[in-house]
Amino acid sequence: MTAAVPQLDPTRALRAADARSGKTPAAASCLHCGQPCIGAQVPSEEKPFCCLGCQTVHALLTENGLGQFYELNATPGSTASGAQKRERWSYLDDTSVQEKLLDFSDDKVAKLTLHLPQIHCVACVWLLENLFRLDPGIVRSTVHFARRDVSLTYFKHETTLSKVVAMLAAIGYEPTLTLRELEHPKSATPHIRRQLQLGLAGFGFGNIMMLSIPGYLGLDSFSGPFFKTVFGWLSLGLALPVLVYSASDFWRTAWLSLRRRVATLDVPIALGLAALYGQSAYDILGHRGEGYLDSLTGLIFFLLCGRLFQQKTYDRLAFDRDYKGFFPLAVVRRTAGGEETVAISRLEVGDRLALRGGELLPADATLVAGTACLDYSFVTGESEPVACEVGAHLYAGGRQTGGAIEVETVKPVSQSYLTSLWDNEIFRKDGGPSLDTLTNRYSRRFTWVVLGVAAASAAFWLAVDPAIAAKAFVSVLIVACPCALALAAPLTSGTAHRVFGRAHIFLKNALVLERLAEVDTIVLDKTGTLTGNDASGVSFAGDPLSAKEAGWVLSLARHSVHPHSLRLGRALAPGAPVAPVTGFVEIPGCGLNGTVEGRSVRLGSPAWLGRSGVAIPTGFIPAGNSVCVAIDGRFRGCFLLTSPLRPEVEALVRSLGGRHQLALLSGDNAREEARFRSLLGERATLRFDQSPTDKLRFVRDLRLAGRTVMMVGDGLNDAGALKQSDVGVAVVEQVGAFSPASDIILDAAQLPQLARMLDFSRRAVRVIRAGFILSGLYNLVGIGIAAAGLLSPIVCAVLMPLSSISVVLFACGATRWAARRAGLTDATPVPAAP
Amino acid sequence: MNVILLLMLASLAVATVFLGGFIWAVRAGQFEDTGTPPLRMLAEDDPGPIDKSPLPETNQEN
Repeated sequence: MTAAVPQLDPTRALRAADARSGKTPAAASCLHCGQPCIGAQVPSEEKPFCCLGCQTVHALLTENGLGQFYELNATPGSTASGAQKRERWSYLDDTSVQEKLLDFSDDKVAKLTLHLPQIHCVACVWLLENLFRLDPGIVRSTVHFARRDVSLTYFKHETTLSKVVAMLAAIGYEPTLTLRELEHPKSATPHIRRQLQLGLAGFGFGNIMMLSIPGYLGLDSFSGPFFKTVFGWLSLGLALPVLVYSASDFWRTAWLSLRRRVATLDVPIALGLAALYGQSAYDILGHRGEGYLDSLTGLIFFLLCGRLFQQKTYDRLAFDRDYKGFFPLAVVRRTAGGEETVAISRLEVGDRLALRGGELLPADATLVAGTACLDYSFVTGESEPVACEVGAHLYAGGRQTGGAIEVETVKPVSQSYLTSLWDNEIFRKDGGPSLDTLTNRYSRRFTWVVLGVAAASAAFWLAVDPAIAAKAFVSVLIVACPCALALAAPLTSGTAHRVFGRAHIFLKNALVLERLAEVDTIVLDKTGTLTGNDASGVSFAGDPLSAKEAGWVLSLARHSVHPHSLRLGRALAPGAPVAPVTGFVEIPGCGLNGTVEGRSVRLGSPAWLGRSGVAIPTGFIPAGNSVCVAIDGRFRGCFLLTSPLRPEVEALVRSLGGRHQLALLSGDNAREEARFRSLLGERATLRFDQSPTDKLRFVRDLRLAGRTVMMVGDGLNDAGALKQSDVGVAVVEQVGAFSPASDIILDAAQLPQLARMLDFSRRAVRVIRAGFILSGLYNLVGIGIAAAGLLSPIVCAVLMPLSSISVVLFACGATRWAARRAGLTDATPVPAAP
Repeated sequence: MNVILLLMLASLAVATVFLGGFIWAVRAGQFEDTGTPPLRMLAEDDPGPIDKSPLPETNQEN
């Protein structure tokens, strides 16, 4: 079965979870992907593989002279889910789809960029840049590691896009092709402008410094006034492009905030820059001195360095809040003439769609043929598949887990359930406090204080010595230029983001960090957040199965992508041998049936087993989720699946409870209330049977009561509550798999770090405050000198870079130290950071 | 003293040439990706001859 969206492939998610948990497998690990070889699917003495897919890829690569792939990294492969049908990609050869995907195309070659989230190591880069060895139609392939992109150029007459993508998928690099990419063609890189601005500022800074040296050393008396004038004019000329082009962003934002009547930090910066240049031009043109152009260009250079660093950090962590990023790109449409693959954006109401197992339903639809068994876990967070009969209304976002079905859409994609959930007015976060960053709060006060001091000193000197008044006024503006202040917050949060990123915690923006530090109430979702879906919690009741029989059950379960089968497979995997299955049948909503080593094995619900002629012992009452086993028509017992707490949740809840008010919301019934009451303590609020709207209201009421709420959940079902909260944390099994309306995306394996994350955010905000105080001290000294009318270019040239550099060092150093103190550790395995 | 003027202009001219080079390099996309080249150099240049055997059919039943 092919999963509709690569990230949603549950087997991969489970394997990833396994890799994260760092279990050392008893079995040999796969030569290709490094996963433990369960059983002996691909028996080989010196070359063990976990599955046929991996073996195929290995053979393909070694035959084509790409064996070095395995020398660069011990087990570099992404688990290959096996070769897939090329028809799945046939829609890529549709011209309307290609128009949107291709960057360039003429009658000979085409170029495009594909996002391959699986890229993780040197070997990946090497393999993907040697793709021409696998498909001679590919001219060139270049990897951008940080973006996980590969840029491809191919000959149109030698290969097709669908062939290229199918080949990538076959070697384990299935590209992420989503609606999002179709709707928004890539924009030109904004980095170029920033790099040019920085380069120009550096050029101006360096040359003006050189021209200023005679001034610093007092050599003017030797060289004479002529050179002083020449150097002054040259400096003025060199500083002009820096002021106009490199600093253009400061002018623009300062102008914008003036028009909006908000005093952001860019206003005093722009004022300071203008005052610096104005004063320098006045000095040089009037032969009064050498001006402050070295300080001016230096400041712009340091400011741009800070911004570039900040931007790079955000770019790397950029993630997408758009639900469309998680929908399949095309579906198979039934027409009078047969079947065709169409892009989702072209679906119309009344279209007949053929949905295969593992595919996601793009729009609300009515079931026409087949038995639907929909897994709504991406919508509701509940992993229990829902069986539906013909004529039933199916909701968008559900994933078909049984056989193929045929549906008729009843709503267009843009108006379906998910979009209406998303577009719901009450789901929107009120935009009020979004502008209120820590920096902005400080800068508002700062701007007025500076203007006040400047005016006061001018007024004082007007009364005492009118000749100095103008100089004092401008000097205060120059010295008060809050460059250090502007650098403190972005550098601290940039460093904090990197620390978080290494721990697999992804924050949306700097604002989140500041709000995170203020959280006093934590609302937890139960399913998928506190409880996980791993192998523990699976127990067997009945006649104990022999190792051989367990192997049969495992062999059968491996053929299904049903959540129960997956959990069963994980629970049985260690030690059980696997044999080929013949006559495999999956009856959606009922169970699995197949023949293993000549024995008929059935797995499924007791009712279905009863219907198929298996005698269920009288008095057998399945409790909770259960999967019954019958071998050769004889009832053998039943696997009980309970949702266990994720590891370390108890310790986590204890450490969170000390400082925060806790609440638990669950869509389930109150069966487990006692267990969670003892876990969360008496003070916590527990609510069961909560609908998405209930959750949203609960969070909103808390906020109205004046609390700063962090909501921790997963699934679109929590999206409203996540968005309503001050900080919405989405817990995902696989980073990049799904990002609902959240502010933070947290790798599920990192959940135990939640308390440390909060601790670190508080420390980081303290570092920002300390940075403000530090730069404030520098300003105090500078303003004191300036207001006294004593500011000389040399004092300015020393004081300003000194304050900027020391604040930069302080921000980066103190943040790292805070991370160590908070105990925030890197995620394992170490993510492939460039 | 005029030699200073000459040197000054010469050094500015050289610096301008470098600035031009930098602008060209940025526009040509040389600073686009600073992460991949250090990885790329770790691989051997010649991975061996290409085996001309036909590609295995990826169109298998799954």
